[in-house]
Amino acid sequence: MDYAQILEREPYKVGKEEKERLLYERLSWLTQYHREHCADYKKITDGLGYREGMGTSSLDIPMMPVRIFKERELLSIPRDRVFKTMTSSGTTGQQVSKIYLDEETSRNQQLTLARIVSEFTGQSRMPMIILDCPSVIRNRAMFSARGAGILGFSMFGSKRIYAMDDDMHLNVEELRAFLEKYQGRPILLFGFTYVVWKYFYQELRRSRERLDLSEGILIHGGGWKKLQGEAVSREEFKERLKEACGIQRVHDYYGMVEQTGCIYMECECGHLHASTYSDVIMRRMGDFSPCEAGEKGVIQVLSMIPTSYPGHSILTEDEGILLGEDDCPCGRKGKYFEVTGRIRNAEVRGCSDTYEQK
Amino acid sequence: MAMTNLEKYDKAFMVNLKVKKEELPGLKYQGIASWDSVGHMDLISDLEEAFGIMMETVDVMDFNTYEHGKEVLAKYDVKIE
Repeated sequence: MDYAQILEREPYKVGKEEKERLLYERLSWLTQYHREHCADYKKITDGLGYREGMGTSSLDIPMMPVRIFKERELLSIPRDRVFKTMTSSGTTGQQVSKIYLDEETSRNQQLTLARIVSEFTGQSRMPMIILDCPSVIRNRAMFSARGAGILGFSMFGSKRIYAMDDDMHLNVEELRAFLEKYQGRPILLFGFTYVVWKYFYQELRRSRERLDLSEGILIHGGGWKKLQGEAVSREEFKERLKEACGIQRVHDYYGMVEQTGCIYMECECGHLHASTYSDVIMRRMGDFSPCEAGEKGVIQVLSMIPTSYPGHSILTEDEGILLGEDDCPCGRKGKYFEVTGRIRNAEVRGCSDTYEQK
Repeated sequence: MAMTNLEKYDKAFMVNLKVKKEELPGLKYQGIASWDSVGHMDLISDLEEAFGIMMETVDVMDFNTYEHGKEVLAKYDVKIE
């Protein structure tokens, strides 16, 4: 099935049965496609015990441990068709994932992101404040996850301004002038959770400056790991930001560079939502069998997009809990869930060892 | 004398993507280094300002060649001629 046909469907209106049919059809096709176009992928999936024609549902699609993208260069296209390479934001000394995009996959990622985000922001673009510094997108050939996120979201902005200079100092005066110019209009804000907290919220509080962002919509992502030391919960994050600048609409999202485009947006009820174009399966640590709703497990992510690299089914190193499907009080269909954190190091190694030995 | 729409259109390309007039025909998004996603957003902002319009997200993504861009702008009643 062509991805364009899948993308014609609304992001949050496809119910469980149709979703499974779409998922299974597209992901089976992608599995076959990547086995034919990426020798390493074929070897790995053979090693995982995958046999063609086996399996009856999306649960049976073989999953790649996310760290494989750090250890190997996996592509299903000739190198001369790569036009963008994206990397994960590893800390110094850590290996980073390398994800290879051709024109088609990159375009489908952008179109998908637009479909999902427009559900929360509307079709019109709006003045946008990027809560980061301009230097994160300076190396145009090789984008980090942070740069890629900013660029991906930039298309929702009409006029754009960076909130910080390259030393990560908040430009309060420029922001104030920007807000004055677009007074009374909705303003989009985008940034990484940790950067928003540390360089925006804390700086506002420290300097006792006040900005009026009551018309703002903040979308932030990148995870809570770095904030755990400061014990900031999602509720507190929202509450404190509201105090500091009056912002009412704040949406977290879950996503990763290995599956760009298919982000999981937080709804008004505080739940992360899978859209029509992707899905999550929580798996038990011991045997990787699927969890029941309410049971904590490792998160497997499925994306119907990637054709340039074999990343349509990935076992992450995050833990989460499925909360329900098709029945969130916000009215959106699809699975909704929460992310509870990272799996512990020893366990991570444990689960990737299991894969290597097979 | 005031600039024609075509002159404004060409100028936005030449300034933002750092290309010469003779390079404009056939120019494609991602076809040259300067027309990447960063260059694209700068180009779109400039065109919006030049013609006093605000494009929707889908049209921003649809704007992918020098020629097709003219058709996209026609949706906003901007005739490039």
